[in-house]
Amino acid sequence: MLRLEHLDLRQDDFRLQADLTVPVGARVAVIGPSGAGKSTLLMAVAGFFAPVAGRVLWAGQDLAGRAPGDRPLSILFQDQNLFPHLTLAQNLGLGLRADLRLDAGQRARVEEALQRVGLAGMGARKPAQLSGGQIGRAALARALLRERPLLLLDEPFAALGPALKAEMLDLVAELADGATVLMVTHDPADARRFADQTILVADGIAHAPRPTAELFADPPPALRAYLGI
Amino acid sequence: MASRAVALIPALLALIIVALTLGSAAVTAVWGGGGGLGPADWAALRFTLLQAALSAAVSALLAVPLARALVRRRFAGRGLLLRLMAAPFLLPVVVAVLGLLAVFGRSGPVNSLLAVLGLPALSVFGLHGVVLAHVFLNLPLVTRMLVHGWQAIPAERFRLAQALGMGPGPQFRHLELPMLRATLPGAAALVFLLCLTSFAVALTLGGGPKASTVELAIYQALRFDFLPGKAATLAAVQFALCATVTLAAMRLARVEGFGAGLGREVEMPAPGGWRRGVDALMIVLAAGFLLAPLLAVVWRGAPGVVALPPSVGWAAARSLVVAVLSAVLAAVAALVLMQARVAGRRWAELAAMLPLAASGLVMGTGLFLLVQPVAPVERLALPVTMLVNATLALPYLFRLLLPEALRLEADYARLAESLSLRGAARLRLLVLPRLARPLGFGTGLAAALSMGDLGVIALFAGERGVTLPLLVQRLTGAYRMEAAASAALLLVGLSFALFWLFDRWGARHAAA
Repeated sequence: MLRLEHLDLRQDDFRLQADLTVPVGARVAVIGPSGAGKSTLLMAVAGFFAPVAGRVLWAGQDLAGRAPGDRPLSILFQDQNLFPHLTLAQNLGLGLRADLRLDAGQRARVEEALQRVGLAGMGARKPAQLSGGQIGRAALARALLRERPLLLLDEPFAALGPALKAEMLDLVAELADGATVLMVTHDPADARRFADQTILVADGIAHAPRPTAELFADPPPALRAYLGI
Repeated sequence: MASRAVALIPALLALIIVALTLGSAAVTAVWGGGGGLGPADWAALRFTLLQAALSAAVSALLAVPLARALVRRRFAGRGLLLRLMAAPFLLPVVVAVLGLLAVFGRSGPVNSLLAVLGLPALSVFGLHGVVLAHVFLNLPLVTRMLVHGWQAIPAERFRLAQALGMGPGPQFRHLELPMLRATLPGAAALVFLLCLTSFAVALTLGGGPKASTVELAIYQALRFDFLPGKAATLAAVQFALCATVTLAAMRLARVEGFGAGLGREVEMPAPGGWRRGVDALMIVLAAGFLLAPLLAVVWRGAPGVVALPPSVGWAAARSLVVAVLSAVLAAVAALVLMQARVAGRRWAELAAMLPLAASGLVMGTGLFLLVQPVAPVERLALPVTMLVNATLALPYLFRLLLPEALRLEADYARLAESLSLRGAARLRLLVLPRLARPLGFGTGLAAALSMGDLGVIALFAGERGVTLPLLVQRLTGAYRMEAAASAALLLVGLSFALFWLFDRWGARHAAA
């Protein structure tokens, strides 16, 4: 499980505190007003943002001091998830070996991953030749190859249309396969569709996850204010 | 252990550069302990500053409309013209001056035209001539730097501007002006520095009490007056001058935080009307100004090229080896220091830019004074030339690479980190492909500059073992003008070929 223990994130005037636990295999939405610190929370888990106090634990182990790539997680950013000068196959291959010296078996796995996300035969293309949805699929395929138990999604599909976004979320759900998923979103529909639990980030606090349906059935004041109800 | 040793490489490299630049400055300061500056020396200092300021201002002012015209217009020969933009800067200075003399000299076509129109003749000597030559040599450099800047504006920005209905005016304010503000001061400062240390131009077009530069005074003191003490004093002055200007210039260079585009071609709107006319005029005038002197050199030198003596071939071979080795050395050093700078070590930038403060002649003077007591200087002429040329090229390469490297870091460092893309794999898969274009351009620049360099070698070389530029100068000095022009043409051809090969390598390996 993922444990955020008395986590305290600060930058200039910004402050966010979190003390919560996410069970293994949970699919969790992180929702809240913009600027509340949803992305910052993910960056702290991923190792890009150092907390001033508190710990991030995975399976009881403190992740402090571990480089982002060495943490038991994959992350999809809002944009720039693929290197534009590398082909899709190379971009995916980075998930298996960072130096891209792949053997035949690994190349076959890359092709298989492309197939699973519906990009079969597109391995030779560059990202500039792809649509936004296809770029998202490729990034997901790489996360699939990395086989990390935790998947962080920092609104990678925010720029996609509703139908395409729903499709991508279903694909994530299908591929997650027991992985714990944390997904930042500003859209309640995403949370309802994808997440069994939801973390509300508002007023400097990341609240403990609650069942999504229950949370939206009886929203606390901060969520009411955000939803405008 | 291994990784710790690797981590020490940038520091070691920085130390070598410091020793070469500050060390030779220290030597000159020690040697030049006696004697202050005379009135002639102060006049040289004033003239040096004046011509450099004028040259930088004119080059920068002309480069903005020219670069923009080249970026947004499509016409036959555009690619060729863009490549030619690298030409005058790469042209060995002695050869460039020959070409300018042919076009703007007393009996050249420009003055003939003025005479027909009943206008007074233009003198190509003194301040006019020095500034004219410096603009000829540096306008294309600034233009290319600006073209690179325009290319770095993501195509998405131009589309956004068009979508917002921005005309050329607002588009200039919101997209191009921020880029110019980031690029132009650095470019102008670079030209200013180049002109402070441009020795061959002052030697050929300046001279006399009214138009002598500090470097010219150093050379004369060392080679003709045999006054190493005076040369050392002047070298120390020159070093202090360049160091001061370098420090000021470094504050001017900033990196603009544009977001990442997907690396597509520039799609800048090309407005019609009077702007079209102005762009066309800029392109035609610039092409004429830059091409005419080159054509004049070809015209004069071509007949004798087939009958060059073998000594010219040997000199060319020596020059090629020195040029390629010094360019590769400079490129490797620039990459190492750039990686250290991107990793947050600011001293790496300081070390890479330090050679700007020491001109070739200052470094040469220091090394000359060091070597002379222990070994015959001419035996070390080629290695010293290679080392000094590599050191001198380092700041250009670094300056070309750093903005791209910082942008690369800003855009893709997180992704690379999240995938554990580090060390050699990061260099091979991310840094080199993304930086291939400026790296190829910069290495080509370094090779061509080294090929045509006539500074240190003039101080060190003996009767034999000369390089091609020195041979050209000696043939000229011996009044073998036809042979000189033909050897000059060979020198030009080889310099351009070297640059072209490296630049093409960069463009071919550039990440699309």
